[in-house]
Amino acid sequence: MNPTILLLIPLLPALGALINGLRAAANPHTPKNRTVTNIVALGSTGLSALLATWTVIGYVSGGMSSAFQHAWYTWIPAGLGHVGAGNIASFAVDFAFRIDTLSCTMLLIVTWIGFLIHVYATGYMAHEEGYTRFFTYLNLFMFMMLLLVLGANYMVMFVGWEGVGLCSYLLIGFYYDKNSAADAGKKAFVANRIGDFGFILGIFYIFNTFGTADYGKVFALASANPAAYTGVATVICILLFVGACGKSAQIPLYVWLPDAMAGPTPVSALIHAATMVTAGVYMVVRSNVLFRLSPTAMLVVATVGAVTAIFAATIGIAQNDIKKVLAYSTVSQLGFMFLAAGVGAYTAAIFHVMTHAFFKACLFLGAGSVIHGCGGEQDMRKMGGLRKYMPKTRMTMLIACIAIAGFPPLAGFFSKDEILATTFEHHGFLYFLGMVAATCTAFYMFRLYFMTFSGDYRAAHVEGHPESEPEHAGHDIIPSMLHLDDGDAHSDKAHGHHAESHAPHESPWSMTGVLWVLAILAVVGGLVGLPEMFGGGHPTWFQRWLLPVLLPLGGERFEFAEAGHMQDALLILSSIGVATLGWFIAYILYKKDPSFALATRLRLKFAFLHRLLENKYYVDEFYNTVFVGGTLAFSRALSWFDAHIIDGIVNGVRNVTVILLGHGSWLFDRFVVDGAVNGVGSTARGSSRLFRKLQSGFVQNYALVMGGGIVLIAAVYLFTKP
Amino acid sequence: MGILNIVTYIPLIGAIVILFFVRKENSVAIRYTATFFAVIDFVASLYLWFNFDPKGSGAAMWQFRYVREWIPSLGVRYEFGIDGIALLLILLTTFMGIIAVVSSYAAIDHRQKEYYILLLLLQTGMIGTFCALDFFLFYVFWEIMLVPMYFIIGIWGGPRKLYAAIKFFLYTLTGSVVMLLSIVALYFFNDGGIPFLNIKGLGNAASFSMLQYHEIGHLIPPTLQFWIFLGFFLGFAIKVPMFPFHTWLPDAHVEAPTAGSIILAAVLLKMGTYGFVRIALPILPDATKQLIVPIVVLSIIGIIYGALVSLVQKDMKKLVAYSSVSHLGFVMLGMFALNPMGLKGSVLQMINHGISTGALFLLVGIIYERRHTRMIADYGGLAKQMPVYATLFLIAALSSMGLPALNGFIGEFTILLGAANRSIVWASFASAGIVLGAAYLLWLYQRVFWGPLDNPANKNLPDVNRRELGMLLALVFLMVWIGIKPAVFFDVIEEPVNYIVRKVDPTYFDKQPLTYPPAAPVVASAVETTR
Repeated sequence: MNPTILLLIPLLPALGALINGLRAAANPHTPKNRTVTNIVALGSTGLSALLATWTVIGYVSGGMSSAFQHAWYTWIPAGLGHVGAGNIASFAVDFAFRIDTLSCTMLLIVTWIGFLIHVYATGYMAHEEGYTRFFTYLNLFMFMMLLLVLGANYMVMFVGWEGVGLCSYLLIGFYYDKNSAADAGKKAFVANRIGDFGFILGIFYIFNTFGTADYGKVFALASANPAAYTGVATVICILLFVGACGKSAQIPLYVWLPDAMAGPTPVSALIHAATMVTAGVYMVVRSNVLFRLSPTAMLVVATVGAVTAIFAATIGIAQNDIKKVLAYSTVSQLGFMFLAAGVGAYTAAIFHVMTHAFFKACLFLGAGSVIHGCGGEQDMRKMGGLRKYMPKTRMTMLIACIAIAGFPPLAGFFSKDEILATTFEHHGFLYFLGMVAATCTAFYMFRLYFMTFSGDYRAAHVEGHPESEPEHAGHDIIPSMLHLDDGDAHSDKAHGHHAESHAPHESPWSMTGVLWVLAILAVVGGLVGLPEMFGGGHPTWFQRWLLPVLLPLGGERFEFAEAGHMQDALLILSSIGVATLGWFIAYILYKKDPSFALATRLRLKFAFLHRLLENKYYVDEFYNTVFVGGTLAFSRALSWFDAHIIDGIVNGVRNVTVILLGHGSWLFDRFVVDGAVNGVGSTARGSSRLFRKLQSGFVQNYALVMGGGIVLIAAVYLFTKP
Repeated sequence: MGILNIVTYIPLIGAIVILFFVRKENSVAIRYTATFFAVIDFVASLYLWFNFDPKGSGAAMWQFRYVREWIPSLGVRYEFGIDGIALLLILLTTFMGIIAVVSSYAAIDHRQKEYYILLLLLQTGMIGTFCALDFFLFYVFWEIMLVPMYFIIGIWGGPRKLYAAIKFFLYTLTGSVVMLLSIVALYFFNDGGIPFLNIKGLGNAASFSMLQYHEIGHLIPPTLQFWIFLGFFLGFAIKVPMFPFHTWLPDAHVEAPTAGSIILAAVLLKMGTYGFVRIALPILPDATKQLIVPIVVLSIIGIIYGALVSLVQKDMKKLVAYSSVSHLGFVMLGMFALNPMGLKGSVLQMINHGISTGALFLLVGIIYERRHTRMIADYGGLAKQMPVYATLFLIAALSSMGLPALNGFIGEFTILLGAANRSIVWASFASAGIVLGAAYLLWLYQRVFWGPLDNPANKNLPDVNRRELGMLLALVFLMVWIGIKPAVFFDVIEEPVNYIVRKVDPTYFDKQPLTYPPAAPVVASAVETTR
């Protein structure tokens, strides 16, 4: 394998970002020459995708006998540190990449989905002012994301990890002159940083334990002698998982992701659905050797995942903003992935990362197409009947809905079923949570579909329901530190499309074409993980593909859960059952009854519950008041303390000294010589005559003190010299 | 002649040239003369960089030495010499010296002649301090440095300039007088002892040579070490500044002209940390070890306290000033981790802080020249009006908050790695500072650059001009370079850092290296199981 080609995969988008960045800086407002921007942005990502494919083919045809690793140079030669029980190791970090089946999988997902979304964005962003700036950020994101998945050690991963966070910040805040976007960007970055706090501590622990951050060496040590590392693995894994919670929007750090929808929709699709947010799952699977050492950490991961899955899914059923529904759906699906990793179904986690990338990207881009066609509208209550106007968007979104809801033989079914089946083996209650979440998934997805595409177009009659607009009392107290929530449902497209009231229209081919590609992937993508029941093998093809990443522990190789045929069949049937149930409820409430009368009755009947869900359990308000407000209040108190107490002591000491010197020492007066800086004799605060004299003359005093010091040295020296 | 003398005194020569040969009305000539000498000085310091041998260890670690007898009766020698740590700090000084001069072109509009003379004198003082290997000489340069800074704040500063200048001066002076006592105590211990404290001396010939004290430091009884250390500590901690000795800093920064702030942040603060690594640690190993915990606690308080107080500042310059307290807390923490990682990170972070915070002060100065306000509330939406400025500000902020692949991250990470190697608890507390760093800088960024451009006074602000762009690009280049290839810089400080570690903890390196099993085989054989 050629290391230069490997390096070019991330470097090409970086180069694209550089070129477009300079062009954007030279011409910030006039989007001059879109074609050049397109050639640079699409060319670099497209070429990068081809090289990635080339690399993967090369690796596979090379027999995949071992991970391919290449280090270009020592990035951080930190020095010799103490390790474990009385050893010493050179703490150094290489700039190195690693190709194995896991990074191959991620590589293909990231480059190709990334490329498709670049293509889509040329249509979607066509009328935007910051066109070139947008593609600069998008290319930069590709670079960072590729570093993240290609890195051969935790530090290179961390560079990509924080780098994608930065790009996410910039892209969420793309419409920076809107306060909601600016707030959401900052919120995302800070929430991610809190997670990164855990991640970096985990890395320190890894260094302290293994003396390196290199995957190969860490996992070799850990898998060779599992018993020695079980205790420390729990700490490391939980810390790493804190990082994953930040990046992959899990409880308690998920709050930034729904707000991140303030960014342009292609960003939501690429970063906040298909790639970046799955980085946490990738990290956990990458570290599977360490996680397998610690059942405690695994249980934590599984529990957080399952709880997040159901928590976010319930919020999703009560949202009316089309992108918000998808955002909470993403949080929920990420929960499923962590549930998978937590119960040891690492391959299922990555499988779901992949299928989710297909159908969720399709859904987001479909939503983008809808928003584009409706002149920037995001409120589903003002949509309806769009199948007449946007048949291609409707068809592709329907396919994606079926896929995410979990109907066979579409992609989402196989990955989700593998997760639920493995969960069933390990933990009954988490399985139950997963099933409820899966029901909710099918419900809110078809609710979205029916509200958007069925019935008649409602934009004309429906004005915002005042009672359902959340009121945020906390906002006055906490100005804009972490502004939480949408307020305006017209986030991104309101820009280019204000005051357009004509009928909805289908989007250009650059957008619908991409939708079709993703829809097809959402149909066939699941075939790589075809279970035995459907004619695949045991382990499935995908499981065998990823097996090399699941190293043997203490000589014992990784075993895939295997259930009896009867149980398999029942589990599959119940999976299909809950999906059907969710669809059925949505059908009754939103399709059969286009006036939503029953839905409204239910909403009024369970007003409290609905309010709770619609306002996302008031978690944002809670965080805002307690954490943000608390930090700010504490900071203000410290600031006061600094100005009045600490500085007060300093000034007090000065005043006391001046008084003592002034009254007590005739010598001092002699030292005070007038005339100095500007001949100014007054202080800013104004004080006694003596004080003034001190200040005006003290440079001279100082010279005397210094001279006196030297004389003192000389004198003492001469006197004490024998 | 000695190349170190050349590097040290070129600015002085520049000052003399301006004093005698340039008329005070000819402001263009004054500026260009000052710039010329600053650039020449930087070029001269590059000679050091290219001729420095990073492999030099033992006596060869101290390079470009220049030794002359000065006051033989007192044992005072004129001794110059640098190791890699001083080398990097000198390069930082000469580089930031250019930035300081060039950034003053438009900002300083009265008494220009005096201003540039003082700026150049200040530079000689700073470089001399880094070169000096004799306590006496060190002290002389240390004090020389104070005077020009005092005048720069006191004459060209803001509304409360006198208060700030005097506070700066008195505070630092207090510290240096106490430091002088410690120097004197060392001096007597080496020589005849201190009779009235009943301390026997070593009976060596009178000497102020730092390197000699590096050799005899461990012979000093621990109690005496403790007191001598405290003296140095006060002198250096005020300069750093460490919590709770930091309150002079925000005042000095807010009132100082832009170039004053840049130099103050970039170089003057490093005098304190440099003093620790050059003097306190290698000479007083027992006291150092004894005082680890209190100093680390103060550092961690500084990191978090500085960051929290930054969060609620309304004045941009004050915000950046308090962020310095936080960053220097990192430097101190890494240093007192007392292992190669911590110390290396600490030294690199001295440089990084100079670059990043220097850049931030420069950026605040640029906007201040246009709007004559530093209040965050007066701004908003500038990204639309000044996109290039906004981008550069963002890069500087990211560098300051330690984004990977920029310089600040390398320093902070290495420091924290070192701290964690000693105590994961220290690292945990300090890492919280990184989260807060993102919070206060991004919040600042949001309030200044994002949101609607609604203040009419900001509607016609011009973007950065070529001179400003040039300075900022140079700084950005360094941020990226250090972020991507820090090994270049780590290499030159490797030896000095290990030297200090060995001085404090002679057995640190005497351990068995960890070995790794061969890369675990990828089990393709496990794949074939299909039912």
